Amino acid sequence: MGQTLAEKILSAKSDTEARAGHIVVAQVDLIFVQDSTGPLTLRQFNNTNLAVHNPKKTLLFLDHSAPSPDQELSNDHIFLRKFAKETGVVLSDIGDGVCHQLVAESWANPGDIILGADSHTVTTSALGAFATGMGSTDIAVAMALGKTWLRVPETIKVLVRGHWPKGVYGKDLILHLIGKIRADGATYKSLEFGGEGISALSMSERLTIANMAVEAGAKVGLFPSDKATQSYLREQGRGERYIPLAPDHNATYENIIEVDVSRLEPTVAKPHTVDNTTLVQELKGVGIEQVFIGTCTNGRLEDIAVATSILAGKKRHPRTRVIVAPASQKILLAALAKGYISSLVESGATIVPPGCAACLGVHQGVLGNGEACLSTSNRNFKGRMGNPEAFIYLASPATAAATAIRGEITDPREFL
Amino acid sequence: MLKGRAFKFGDGISTDHIVPGRLLHLRSNLPELAKHVLEDADPTFAQRVKKGDFVVASKNFGLGSSREHAPLVIKVAGISAVLAKSVARIFFRNAINVGLPVLICDTDNIDDGDELEVDLKLGKISNLTNTTKLSFTQIPDIMLRILDEGGLIPYIKKHKDFTVPKT
Repeated sequence: MGQTLAEKILSAKSDTEARAGHIVVAQVDLIFVQDSTGPLTLRQFNNTNLAVHNPKKTLLFLDHSAPSPDQELSNDHIFLRKFAKETGVVLSDIGDGVCHQLVAESWANPGDIILGADSHTVTTSALGAFATGMGSTDIAVAMALGKTWLRVPETIKVLVRGHWPKGVYGKDLILHLIGKIRADGATYKSLEFGGEGISALSMSERLTIANMAVEAGAKVGLFPSDKATQSYLREQGRGERYIPLAPDHNATYENIIEVDVSRLEPTVAKPHTVDNTTLVQELKGVGIEQVFIGTCTNGRLEDIAVATSILAGKKRHPRTRVIVAPASQKILLAALAKGYISSLVESGATIVPPGCAACLGVHQGVLGNGEACLSTSNRNFKGRMGNPEAFIYLASPATAAATAIRGEITDPREFL
Repeated sequence: MLKGRAFKFGDGISTDHIVPGRLLHLRSNLPELAKHVLEDADPTFAQRVKKGDFVVASKNFGLGSSREHAPLVIKVAGISAVLAKSVARIFFRNAINVGLPVLICDTDNIDDGDELEVDLKLGKISNLTNTTKLSFTQIPDIMLRILDEGGLIPYIKKHKDFTVPKT
């Protein structure tokens, strides 16, 4: 009997024949925390009285409150920096970028098991890694033991067919899918993407899709490891870590969902849930006070490029402020070199440092009462951007840029 | 035996409802953070809840962020167990890891304010207000053993490793 991608990776890492429903103990290749979940993780780790199993593959990221907006969070940062110094684990300080982007750029490999104390750890399952988020105590114990227990998930196959129309991106596909299967449609399960619509996608678009798998409840959002994976790893300077990975043709799926991308249109998630989706066309005229372009979902160079191409030579609407946060220092430098940053600033955008920025409501773009934000991030829960009296719409960077020009939700195809 | 009042919530209560990001600066101060527990779902909850009470929800409780502070502040606030039709994956593991029981059951028969009695060992829930009885789905064996030790840290201190049955 064939195996899904999840079953294959978990078999190799647990030295068993892993099948959906089994409980396995698996070796972990990479473990990380960030500054909002890290302090609790390290306190729990200290409670184990054990040493760090593999400091070179244990990472601490300061990205969620970076730079820190207040003294309590600054003290949390001191605690994380001190732990890194004492134990030799790897520290990524403020300005380096969002953990998931940095894990994609420098650490994740096909076939790896990656655990992060952050739900969007699923992002690098785009590279064919079994990457999943856990809480602080699970991560603390994995740091000490170098392994964790996992229930082998059932798999929902997402078969993506057709050619991508102009103005439609990976973000629109994943929003469409979550709207269809809902916020708990893949709880405890693996989403496994495949089909010619997926083969055609760059790693940047794949990372966007995998990032939001957790918004349907999924444990991972796995992609096969193919030519795009290989060229991405080469670009990042670790081409030798490429291994091809694909599910068996006779693998067992709980369900197969087919999506014809040629019929997709720019899509938006409305307040206050990610599965509350509709077409951009249905929301024409909805006023927006803040556009936010960035995050682990859509803060990559390709995202900044498409936003720049729409905004170039135009000004933001006077009612709409525009905040741009490149997802990593590498992306910021490339965007500077390509002239995207100066173009965006000329259009009226505010550039904030690489990091999570306004996404989680701590700083750098907290919303006021009654304000609406169109964000390229992954969550629009009530209160997410720092104010339960505000409204968050989620969409692609292209829709965000078009909306910035008109001051109301706008179909990007009008500018392409 | 656990005994207390039910505080009823609806579908899709996220970890942002339980501990919003704007309170990130309180995450290293759990007693203070617990004063805001579930504030964005019910602003009066933290003042009304008493030791031993139950959070009773519908579908997909605890979705969103991996922040373990969510089950932790529920526990610190005195809640003895979360009852829901379904819970999000990370919240489920986190709750068990910090020693907060999560019981998957049909919560339609429980109203806000009902008096409940829960027998964790027998797997039975009695609604003393409407005199109905409910059973809950057994959680995986490994989680049960972690819960029995009071959470993952005491479990690992005692057993040094994970023990799972051979498949």
